[in-house]
Amino acid sequence: MKACGSVFKYGDNVDTDVIIPARYLNSSDPAELATHCMEDIDKDFVKNVKKGDIIVADKNFGCGSSREHAPISIKAAGVSCVIAETFARIFYRNAINIGLPIVECPEAAKGIEAGDEVEVDFDSGVITNKTKGTTFQGQPFPEFMQKIIAAEGLVNYINNK
Amino acid sequence: MGMTMTQKILAAHAGLEYVEAGQLIEADLDLVLGNDITSPVAIHEMEKMKVDGVFHKDKIALVPDHFVPNKDIKSAEHCKCVREFARKNEITNYFEVGQMGIEHALLPEKGLTVAGDVIIGADSHTCTYGALGAFSTGVGSTDMAAGMATGKAWFKVPSAIKFNLTGKLNKWVSGKDIILHIIGMIGVDGALYKSMEFVGDGIASLSMDDRFTIANMAIEAGGKNGIFPVDDLAIEYMKEHSSREFKVYEADEDAVYDEEYTIDLSTLRPTIAFPHLPENTKTIDEIKEPVAIDQVVIGSCTNGRLEDMRIAAEVLKGRKVKEGIRCIVIPATQQIYLDAMEAGYIKTFIEAGAVVSTPTCGPCLGGYMGILAEGERCISTTNRNFVGRMGHVNSEVYLASPAVAAASAVTGQISCPCQL
Repeated sequence: MKACGSVFKYGDNVDTDVIIPARYLNSSDPAELATHCMEDIDKDFVKNVKKGDIIVADKNFGCGSSREHAPISIKAAGVSCVIAETFARIFYRNAINIGLPIVECPEAAKGIEAGDEVEVDFDSGVITNKTKGTTFQGQPFPEFMQKIIAAEGLVNYINNK
Repeated sequence: MGMTMTQKILAAHAGLEYVEAGQLIEADLDLVLGNDITSPVAIHEMEKMKVDGVFHKDKIALVPDHFVPNKDIKSAEHCKCVREFARKNEITNYFEVGQMGIEHALLPEKGLTVAGDVIIGADSHTCTYGALGAFSTGVGSTDMAAGMATGKAWFKVPSAIKFNLTGKLNKWVSGKDIILHIIGMIGVDGALYKSMEFVGDGIASLSMDDRFTIANMAIEAGGKNGIFPVDDLAIEYMKEHSSREFKVYEADEDAVYDEEYTIDLSTLRPTIAFPHLPENTKTIDEIKEPVAIDQVVIGSCTNGRLEDMRIAAEVLKGRKVKEGIRCIVIPATQQIYLDAMEAGYIKTFIEAGAVVSTPTCGPCLGGYMGILAEGERCISTTNRNFVGRMGHVNSEVYLASPAVAAASAVTGQISCPCQL
């Protein structure tokens, strides 16, 4: 499985309040949440994002609240993968549980800029910056998490057990 | 190699003699928690699972607290969804408006969280119950759904950081100042994926409310959980509030920690986190230029307990909220509200010119009941000061203790009671 798209780049500590502000949490509809994704950090994100695009950020992406609405809004906005130096732990769980691919890779976070065309191979963990002609080795998921991802989320994983 | 307190609790709930950091385990859950924001998503996910209802009707707690009493039609629909699910599944611990409170103040008060438990909650501040010696951690809605259906959750066993607290706090310094000091020291990802284990003879002098505040904000350092040893005070609290059996776990003497810090509590000063991260801390003495404020919030799962009300009342007694400043006080549960009323604190707040609200998370996350306009500043006893957290994207939140928040309400700028 591969993701390929144009990159939106952010810094350290992108919190769930800027990913999806609480003023929109009176809805749990993914399509509606997607229309406000990243609104308080990048008001043009929703206007510019195309299906398959990739978010790249520095450390502690998704810190703050446990709102699953955050990865839901990112996935529903069309983002195919989030690459970061590190992820906050609840966001990490939530992304896997809803089937939003995420990859921890400090080197890629540093070596990729906004607008670069990037390809991510989830089987090998290899991240290719097609614009710059560079590659990075992302951290592969433990086998247990691969099973959840292969089942397209925790609900199916439990149903299949 | 020995186990940390957290590792011992997880091992026991996974049916294992021994676990080590990094190991993936499946643990039995003693309690699964959700609120009016996260539960509707979990309920929707659970409907997709091939299960007949919940694993145990007594081991689920549903607390509408974020946007209640319902702030708008959409919130009302969410609350209705949670209410109907609770009825259909005969959930024992559903707390309607009138009985509810902010979840992390309410559950210990109701005796639903005790030492030795493994608890997950679809709210990041679920780590609060570590104050009682439980392993508790925040998860998302899908984990909550799986927990409600199966009574189990998967965890990666965390490594730990040890915080050795010594000495005693000075007047007007409290648990909030300790945890803000720690977050300022290690950063908002300083404990990422890890346990924060608090030990040391300084703990004996900390009230339960101080400990709840400290454990509550472990997540603001990225921690998986924060946990305290179970001493006589914790046992007394549990006996007073709960009929449940509790189990005391202690870290092995040869337990391994990634890092160790010693903090002399007597050296700590009132500490304030400046925008826009909880790690941007300054002590009151380090603030050289006056920081004028527009609003004060005293409440939340972090600092809405009775002791917080007592301290705020002590500062505001016989004083007035400065003209032009809005001071919003939110006791975290109905019981705390009642106790504060009987102790005369509510009268003090109203006479001082503060407004007192029914329990709600409201302003903390920019929901309602105190939203900031563009360019406004609030000093708040809540837990996060991210961009736009309490309202307009160009507003600011400063995090502080109830003592500092109340004193700032009087002066209209960030102040300590010792400066009044």
